[in-house]
Amino acid sequence: MIEILASPAFNTIQDLGRHGARGIGVSTSGAMDPVALAAGNALLGNEDGAAGIEIQTFPFRLRFQEDTTFALTGADHVSTLAGLSMRPWWCKRARAGDILAIGTPRRGARVYATFGGGLDVPRVLGSRSTHLRAGFGGLEGRSLQTGDVIPVGKPPQEAARRFDFGAAPPDVAIPGAGPRDDGVLRIRVMRAGEYDLFSEAMQARFWSTAWKVSARSDRGGYRLTGDKLTLDAPIEMRSHGVVAGVVQVPPAGEPIIQMSDANTAGGYPKMAAVIQADLWRLGQAAPGSFIAFRDVSYQDAVAAMAPVNDYLASLRAVADLYRQL
Amino acid sequence: MSINQPSAPLVGAIEKSPKISLIGTLAMLVEAPGEFDLIQQGRIWALADAASSWPNVQEAVIGVTNVMLVFEQPPADIGMLAASIVELWHRLPGRKADGKVIEIPVIYGGELGFDLPAVAKHTGLPAREVIRIHSEGDYTVCAVASSPGFGYLHGLDPRIHMPRKSVPSLNMRAGSVTIGGMQTGVAALSSPNGWNAIGWASVAMFDPQREQPSLMLPGDRVRFRIDRIEL
Repeated sequence: MIEILASPAFNTIQDLGRHGARGIGVSTSGAMDPVALAAGNALLGNEDGAAGIEIQTFPFRLRFQEDTTFALTGADHVSTLAGLSMRPWWCKRARAGDILAIGTPRRGARVYATFGGGLDVPRVLGSRSTHLRAGFGGLEGRSLQTGDVIPVGKPPQEAARRFDFGAAPPDVAIPGAGPRDDGVLRIRVMRAGEYDLFSEAMQARFWSTAWKVSARSDRGGYRLTGDKLTLDAPIEMRSHGVVAGVVQVPPAGEPIIQMSDANTAGGYPKMAAVIQADLWRLGQAAPGSFIAFRDVSYQDAVAAMAPVNDYLASLRAVADLYRQL
Repeated sequence: MSINQPSAPLVGAIEKSPKISLIGTLAMLVEAPGEFDLIQQGRIWALADAASSWPNVQEAVIGVTNVMLVFEQPPADIGMLAASIVELWHRLPGRKADGKVIEIPVIYGGELGFDLPAVAKHTGLPAREVIRIHSEGDYTVCAVASSPGFGYLHGLDPRIHMPRKSVPSLNMRAGSVTIGGMQTGVAALSSPNGWNAIGWASVAMFDPQREQPSLMLPGDRVRFRIDRIEL
């Protein structure tokens, strides 16, 4: 069991999402940075999709009620275990009574705490992710709060001997995944259904603008400011399914990128869609940061997943080996 | 070939074929041509039924005269996939609205139907007439989307169409019976809502613990019954 000692708003239990229930209006939820969650689980020998805590408001503190292995991944941050500083992208074994404290990230937006055996809350419609709007999943369908006690599942490998090692984060390990010096995060997108309805001037503006992730951005979606994209003839689309990463343009002209908690349906024209290989990077873009879009083909978008999958596979293989040393 | 690129041959260029476009590498949107009617919606239901059993299709998500296919892995050959969808579209008989009939007792007007006066004013009809027309309608669930259990209903009488609000109501209660443009529905969650509340029904639209969590499913029919009128 772990006990939450301090958690500002909107920190939730998440796994890799709830898939297969969009048809009854249920959004997927799931970690905004699924690579960080999967990596944290891989360090511990858990399945990729074991549930952890997505921490996006700080400072966050918890107490271990029993000896527990855990890992911290995601945004680059400062943390302490029992008062001793701990490196990010690291796993450790905590003793009963130890307090883990996590401070505001230096870079990135979301830290993931994973636990050997995963958080053992009930699955709802196949997932342990919190669906805040509908109020189910996670812990009673809500954000974590002080005093919450959450059960941890049985760790996968009792015989493991070593729990004090780390990994290179994916934005370091994968070439080109890190931020550039100008502070603008390059995000690869594919054109989507209504791209051609925008004039050439508007298309050019879409690609050339450094868009700011506005303060009104959350797990539901990122609202972008910086310029306006307008259609010569406004269109009204019938409600249709959307997925995380879709870049929609409402009549006011400022794009919205739908994220993990987005509605299952939308009706705004779709300019583009963030490729799967870059969704996790976007999930670490904090309000106030800047992003720019780059056009890629379907083939390039598919190929871009290989380095991400390779990274996770090799992290898991090395961690499995290391735990047995 | 690739879709969504200017150089790509237009899939669906044949008259009355669906428009097919990608939303990233893991989703494909198939939009029926023509008007929003139950014939095209029935063809979408049939297409969704067929495609949801294809390998690699995680889910076929029904919308209003469209369906989004969500894939487990990026499809190897997008062009081939699009061609088989077009072929199926022309071959499949549409599905009728053959689901169950759901009767929903409504308290029209009153505290929770706070937009009824505005609808009456906009339509130029007395409130009682708006209620009569709404409760005599025969509605079909086209799709369940937007929030858990929320059904998009077809069949609203044009006399009581009412545009969505430009400023949404901040906290509309679950169960609110609403009109948004040419559609009507029952709010499944308490949340901000841009549709117009004309009444309220004490019905659990969604319960994740039920074997079938959503009361409404595509193809179901809905009848609203006057439980009480509060003017």
